[in-house]
Amino acid sequence: MFQRYSIPLLLTVAGGVLVYVAKEELVNLYILSVLMFMGVNVILATSLNLVNGYMGEFSCGHAGFMCVGAYVSSILGVLLFSGHKAFGAAWLPAELAVWGFPLLILAGGVAAALAGLLVAIPSYKTRGDYLAIITLAANYIIISLIENLDIIGGSRGFMGMKKIVNGMEETVALPWMPLWVFAFTIFCVWLLRRYLSSTFGKGVMAISQDEVAAEIMSVNTDRIKTITFMLSSGLAGVAGGLFAFIVGYVNPGSFNILKSTEVLVMVYLGGMGSLSGSILAAMLFTVLLEALRPLQIIKWVVIPLLLIIIMQFRPEGLMGNRELGDLFPRLRRFYRFK
Amino acid sequence: MLSQPQPQPEATPVLEISGLTQHFGGLRAVAGFDLRLEPGELAGLIGPNGAGKTTVFNLVSGFYQPSAGSIRVSGVPTAGLKPHQVTALGVARTFQNIRLWNDMSVLDNIRVARHGRLGYGFFHAVARSRRYREREAEIDREARELLEVFHLDRHADELPKNLPYGTQRRLEIARALAAKPRLLLLDEPAAGLNSADIQELIRLVRWIHGHFQVTIWMIEHHMDVMMELCERIRVLDFGETIAEGTPDQIRSHPAVISAYLGDETI
Repeated sequence: MFQRYSIPLLLTVAGGVLVYVAKEELVNLYILSVLMFMGVNVILATSLNLVNGYMGEFSCGHAGFMCVGAYVSSILGVLLFSGHKAFGAAWLPAELAVWGFPLLILAGGVAAALAGLLVAIPSYKTRGDYLAIITLAANYIIISLIENLDIIGGSRGFMGMKKIVNGMEETVALPWMPLWVFAFTIFCVWLLRRYLSSTFGKGVMAISQDEVAAEIMSVNTDRIKTITFMLSSGLAGVAGGLFAFIVGYVNPGSFNILKSTEVLVMVYLGGMGSLSGSILAAMLFTVLLEALRPLQIIKWVVIPLLLIIIMQFRPEGLMGNRELGDLFPRLRRFYRFK
Repeated sequence: MLSQPQPQPEATPVLEISGLTQHFGGLRAVAGFDLRLEPGELAGLIGPNGAGKTTVFNLVSGFYQPSAGSIRVSGVPTAGLKPHQVTALGVARTFQNIRLWNDMSVLDNIRVARHGRLGYGFFHAVARSRRYREREAEIDREARELLEVFHLDRHADELPKNLPYGTQRRLEIARALAAKPRLLLLDEPAAGLNSADIQELIRLVRWIHGHFQVTIWMIEHHMDVMMELCERIRVLDFGETIAEGTPDQIRSHPAVISAYLGDETI
């Protein structure tokens, strides 16, 4: 009984504490925003791990899909709830934003999942290094497309999301952003966990370990690849949408290859094929980024250096193909996850 | 997505190959290969190295598309089908060099081979719907039963790469049977086994043939295995059939002897 409900209970308590702390302003806004970026990074790292760790392909264009999600959620939000000089007045009353917000984020996710087809379809015939190049190209295509769309600000970026968030907090006085980031982070990990632990999702690992055997032993590899790439990029889109509303401003420059690399560092730091590794690494990395802030530009020497050190001395990452349950057998026995 | 063609009921031959030809660039790997396998047969395919035996298997399992000729599995032409669709028609195989999923537990290796008849998709999996739970429970039960009859149940949670070679071979055959095939293709199942393991393999194949009522077609270099097991043997050399018959006929067939040992005249 306790086993079954302990995790949802724990998460509800954690969510409740977070909301309480944010509402009563027990921590300052800076710490709160770091916590929110942590959530965004957890989504990014776990979803990239699905492709790079579990499926064994190398995607280095994750930020591109994040960009699609960020822009689609932002534009839709501004269009519906706040109005914009290029699009005219808001289509819906601003009070509805409280209810519409999760749908905005999900719409961004769906759009990013569709953009994921850009990588999924070539992956039927291409793999390894060549597919990595395609993911890189996809990242550039998306960024260039947005840079050249003047109606949404081009390379100057797009804003107006702060107004929606403020409007939500005026309608119902709750710290909406921390709440939704928390909820979506849990949703993302929950979704990935369920997908990967089903016999259907184990096809993903079969593809990574021996694709020929997978195809011949009845796994529809094209279908699994499509679903996996779309799920991964869709979740990146969700992360992008949340990111856009946390910052209140998006520009294509913040979703370039540097951002993709950042996510790669998190995945490799945590370990391929380990969701708990990615979660830990994403949190650790967010804190590290903030701790290294005084170094300013030198930060971008230290972080790549970190990648070199990981690859040299612990190529399997913190958790390398293991989950928390493997490290703590008692935890595993207690939960018996299925 | 293409709809999966349905295999036709009994009586039709399990496998019907006619005029099968495969070119790799200028190399003619298989030429004009014909075959009919009736339900319940246990047939063999032999030939010197590079004769095109594995190519025939790769063609039958849909891994290559033939340059010419046709293949019918249970009466259904397999032209244009992807390998997983051919498997769903009832063809499963093992590989010359074992190709298990080495970082997945033995049990999961068996379960993933049920992908062709999973009966649920992504949304059922993440929603943990009733159908998902029922199917997973059934798949799990069947996989454990299969491991049990193959005496692999005590290895269920181990990784295949940590098992002895002979056990890996057995697991690969078990995995192929998990797909519930009508036709089982064994590509050199005795390769790399010691003589004790080979005796066990012979018993195993004979037992599978009876117990699962599956048609078996095997490639093997160990002649004693073939002589023991097969009712009918086909000999291939440079992509062409040079002889066919019972083990005894093959043993004394002049073309076979010259293919393996060279001509007597120098």
